[in-house]
Amino acid sequence: MSHSEAPQAEAEAGRPKARLEVAGLEVRLGRSGPDVVREVTFAVRAGEVLGLVGESGSGKTTVALALLGHARRGLCITAGQVLLDGADLLALSPRDLRAARGARVSYVPQDPSSALNPALPVGAQVREVLRVHSRTAGAAGDRVAEVMGEVRLDPPPEMLRRDPHQLSGGQQQRIALAMAFAGRPSLIVLDEPTTGLDVSTQRHVLDTVRSLCRSHGVAAVYVSHDLAVVSDLVSEVAVMYAGRVVEIGPVARVLGEPVHPYTRGLVGAVPSPERAEALAGIDGQQPRPGRRGPGCPFAARCGHAIADCATQVPEPVTVAGRAVRCLRAQGIQATQPERLPLVPGPPAAAGGPALLVRGVTASYGHRLALAGVSLEVPPRACVAVVGESGSGKTTLARCVAGLHGNWTGEITFRGRPLARVARRRDKDTLGRVQYVFQNPYTSLNPRKTIGQIIGQQLEELTSVSRRDRADRAADVLNDVSLAPDVLSSYPDQLSGGERQRVAIARALAVNPDLLICDEVTSSLDVSVQAIIVELLRRIQRERQFAMIFITHNLALVRSIAQTAVVLRRGEVAESGPVEQILGHPADPYTQRLMQDVPRLRPSRTHRPPGPRPA
Amino acid sequence: MAVDAPAAPAAQPGQTRRIRRPQWGTLLSATRTPRGAIGLGLASLVVLVAVVGPLVAPNSPDALVTLAFGKPSGEFPLGGDSLGRDVLSRVLDGGRALLVMATCATALGVAGGAAAGVSAAYLRGVSDGIIMRAVDVILSFPQLVFALLLLSLLGPKLWLITIAVGVSHGPQVARVLRSATLDLSERDFVKAAELQGMRPVKVMWKEILPNLVSPLMVEAGLRLTYSIVIIAGLAFLGFGQPPPAASWGTMINENRDGLSLDPWAVIVPALLIALLTIGTNTFTDAFARVAIGVDRRPDEAALIEDLSQGLGE
Amino acid sequence: MAVAAAPAQPAAAARAHPVARLIRRRLAIGVVTLFLVSVVVFLATEVLPGNAAYAILGHNATPVRVRALEVALHLNRGVLGQYWSWVSGLFTGNPGHSLVNGQPVWGYVEPRIINSAVLVFVVGAIGALAGVALGAVAALRKDGWLDHVTSVIALAVTSLPEFVVAIALVIVLSTVIWHVLPAVSLLAPGSYAWSQPELLVLPAATLVIVIVPYILRMMRAAMVEALESDYVEMARLKGVPEWRVVLVHALPNAIAPTIQVIGLNFLYLAGGVVVVEYVFNFPGIGQGLVSAVSDRDIPVIQFIVLVLAAFYVVMNIITDVIALLATPRRRIAR
Repeated sequence: MSHSEAPQAEAEAGRPKARLEVAGLEVRLGRSGPDVVREVTFAVRAGEVLGLVGESGSGKTTVALALLGHARRGLCITAGQVLLDGADLLALSPRDLRAARGARVSYVPQDPSSALNPALPVGAQVREVLRVHSRTAGAAGDRVAEVMGEVRLDPPPEMLRRDPHQLSGGQQQRIALAMAFAGRPSLIVLDEPTTGLDVSTQRHVLDTVRSLCRSHGVAAVYVSHDLAVVSDLVSEVAVMYAGRVVEIGPVARVLGEPVHPYTRGLVGAVPSPERAEALAGIDGQQPRPGRRGPGCPFAARCGHAIADCATQVPEPVTVAGRAVRCLRAQGIQATQPERLPLVPGPPAAAGGPALLVRGVTASYGHRLALAGVSLEVPPRACVAVVGESGSGKTTLARCVAGLHGNWTGEITFRGRPLARVARRRDKDTLGRVQYVFQNPYTSLNPRKTIGQIIGQQLEELTSVSRRDRADRAADVLNDVSLAPDVLSSYPDQLSGGERQRVAIARALAVNPDLLICDEVTSSLDVSVQAIIVELLRRIQRERQFAMIFITHNLALVRSIAQTAVVLRRGEVAESGPVEQILGHPADPYTQRLMQDVPRLRPSRTHRPPGPRPA
Repeated sequence: MAVDAPAAPAAQPGQTRRIRRPQWGTLLSATRTPRGAIGLGLASLVVLVAVVGPLVAPNSPDALVTLAFGKPSGEFPLGGDSLGRDVLSRVLDGGRALLVMATCATALGVAGGAAAGVSAAYLRGVSDGIIMRAVDVILSFPQLVFALLLLSLLGPKLWLITIAVGVSHGPQVARVLRSATLDLSERDFVKAAELQGMRPVKVMWKEILPNLVSPLMVEAGLRLTYSIVIIAGLAFLGFGQPPPAASWGTMINENRDGLSLDPWAVIVPALLIALLTIGTNTFTDAFARVAIGVDRRPDEAALIEDLSQGLGE
Repeated sequence: MAVAAAPAQPAAAARAHPVARLIRRRLAIGVVTLFLVSVVVFLATEVLPGNAAYAILGHNATPVRVRALEVALHLNRGVLGQYWSWVSGLFTGNPGHSLVNGQPVWGYVEPRIINSAVLVFVVGAIGALAGVALGAVAALRKDGWLDHVTSVIALAVTSLPEFVVAIALVIVLSTVIWHVLPAVSLLAPGSYAWSQPELLVLPAATLVIVIVPYILRMMRAAMVEALESDYVEMARLKGVPEWRVVLVHALPNAIAPTIQVIGLNFLYLAGGVVVVEYVFNFPGIGQGLVSAVSDRDIPVIQFIVLVLAAFYVVMNIITDVIALLATPRRRIAR
């Protein structure tokens, strides 16, 4: 294809016609139920990638699937056009639609481990795309070999004969990419294709996507919740909220100088691997389909909202080179978003370390998970333990907490060695070392109220009398910014962020000396992650306990920790002050990680805090 | 209800379906579904016959009052049985023992099986091995054969039948509950309880069991149906209450030689048994749909769990 | 819900190896189970309080019969000795003599085993085919009228005791309404079922009616799950034709759990034949067991129960192995 990267700036003249034009797309729950997605309109030119970003529940995957004329069970595409090279995909007969899928428009799934058929070898699954679109066996075989090269999955022939479970996550995703590119489509829809991959693998996949789209003149829609990933890859970005596109335009504009309060909130919530900044989350929850009131769906969470926002649905207006659905777009555009530098915490206190880990080696069965790991947590300090999946970071946390018993070495807490498993630790120690789990959806017993959950913690680990437990529970809930009426709620009545706050409150209820946070934000949206991280930082400063913060997200480290330990395949690759590890990594592995971390790129210069809008 | 990374909005239609907490509420909403209402109606009808029947029976169930296989008449609406006893009176009298025995056997089997299954799954290790081997051994006997084996040695005593049927349910219940517990014990809220230093028995009782109420109730409903089937079957084979007593299973067997003379003597008891089992099973199915909300019942899901676990080790 | 700690398993975990190991393990467990079963069957005859012979024969036992019984049960030896002589008898094809008529147990049971086996395998084959086909169709027409009708009927039929189904068939086909089939399957002693196939019809029909709903339900559930999976959605998004989606993508993933249920139903049949053979007087081991239990013919009971249990254990192993081989590897590898 002839089209290569056209300079973004010369947007008006001489650009090729859009390859994909989506107009007025609407998807509902059932034929006439509440809308899930509404009035979605955008266009993508050949060779370019449009980023469709939003948090969970924004409708981005629904839009992605609708681009292939597909709606999940219970959903119906009720209005709109998806024009691919001028022809409406939504108007095709089922037969023609089937012929178009895989050939003219293809899809890369979020989770290849479940989207690849476990019963078929991967090669057969790639070949199938070509065979069902009537290529001969020979031609298909040649094309499979070719496309494998294109996705840089240099295929020894036996790899094609393997079953999906025999490949790594990155390889599986490349197979999915190969399936998508095999038929040389005009449009590719990528639905969070790198979620769950390590940063380095993610980077390779992104590089592959970028170069394939450019070199083959394919238009692509890239769905993601990760602003940093998107900013790296796409030329235009559409931000979705509650089923609508709230802001759309060139990536430098939308993510560099966001106008819509929601986009501003999102950008402010993204942690930076370069600078220590306070994160600003967005309070509240995205309204679900059917619960979206008459006005702007963001109004309830918006600091700029005026009376009209609650009653009037904003139409898109063009402001500073992008379209925004906000009644106050003009006024807000003149203000600067706020971004506070981090207030440094108190200096680490003198005295012996709160926790000392020396030469800990742990294994699962015959598989070694940790090999001689040592680290030190000073009192009142926060140590971040970072690493990719399989680095052993969670194993380390579980050894310290007493959840994983199969380890050797020494773990000393306040000068006394810790017993291997929680069962053999006394109640005092159990209370002093608290653990917050990764997934708030499984860490709270669904059959108990929040009051019972926190009450049980107090009953087991403290001498607080039955009568005082409710008061104490309300107090800690207040500490994590939850109202006391949460006490009588069940976990499934709370959002993910609220549940994680409850889990933190449960740990805080017993006044721990050491809090272990195991990937506590990885199952949360970025705006909620920011709230949780800020919450932890604030409480740690107030209560002065020591903390181990386990994360795979290097960018988060600066926002919370003073010391960082980088784990690599069960060993400490590097450790030291955060500034040093992230700013000037000495170890090649850390250097590579830092290099591969996606960054929110679009010319974001550090701005002083601006004046608050009136 | 796994919520992993920021999930697709397609998950939303499901979000309206929440875990309903008070189990009685679930039970109540099951009765409001068509299946639940029909099931409950059928079962209650038969229970009513069995409970009230002995009080309103026109004749003594073992009095010889009419001709053997006598045709239905005004005085004996369902005719006479093989010895000339009043079929109607025997039908009204013949269900109570079945219900009592089936209920006791179910309670015994579900309680024992659940205790075994939950502890095997949660404690793992040696307890798991011993419990599951015992389960394997009992499972190797078809339930009816197991009961027959015990009866052959001690004679058809009613308490023995009840215990035999209860014990033969145990392994099945244990397998289902073990598989459900294996899944639960990996959940973080169980780990959280362990980090509070809770004793294993308390963890099972306070953390795990409340999450097993739905599968337990489905299992109980299923086992109740099977208890009725097996106990009535044993009576049909001649191992039930001793002869003069009336029992639906026994009546079917006694009177089938006279099918062409007085079919009602067979049809009515068979119909009552059928309505009862259809009723309990249909209600259980309705409950399972409301409480668990899947097409697959826990006993069926356990099969697949077993399959994947066997390979996982 | 991946726990990040576990390092990714080596991707190319050997394919054949774990299955072979698993088969060996299943076989070993099977042997252990069989041994324990034989102990249980044997001990069951030992738990009798007091003199077993009197307990069996009742109060009007003559001394001669008591003596004969004691010898037959080897009650004059120690427990281990008794067990040993019984088990070694089994292995040498001499499971003892009937207490009722003094005939060798093997000669009495052998034709019955064959008759029951014919019945079980005829029923198993027909039931599996019908159940899988109906289940797959119901899944493909999920929420259609066919699906609703089959699911309601299946639910009702799974609730019914076998003898109720059998009696219903007898009423409809043999006595009250029509007279097209024999109500009892009387065979000359020692002759085999295939010599008069029409005698097989009603017992087989009863059992087929009883097992099909189970297989149907399972097949439907497995197929629905496969059809709603991500990989089926992916196949559709690839433009794969619907027939191919069903046959190539959904079916292979739905078949393994169904094999388990088919196997389970063979196991169930081991119990189901008892009642059904009794209803139709079909000369199989089930009917033999019922009359032996009525007569308290301990050696016959022991042997038949052991045969049924052995069938159970062996069938279990076969089912597991087939299901394992048919299970897509991803499910296993977690």
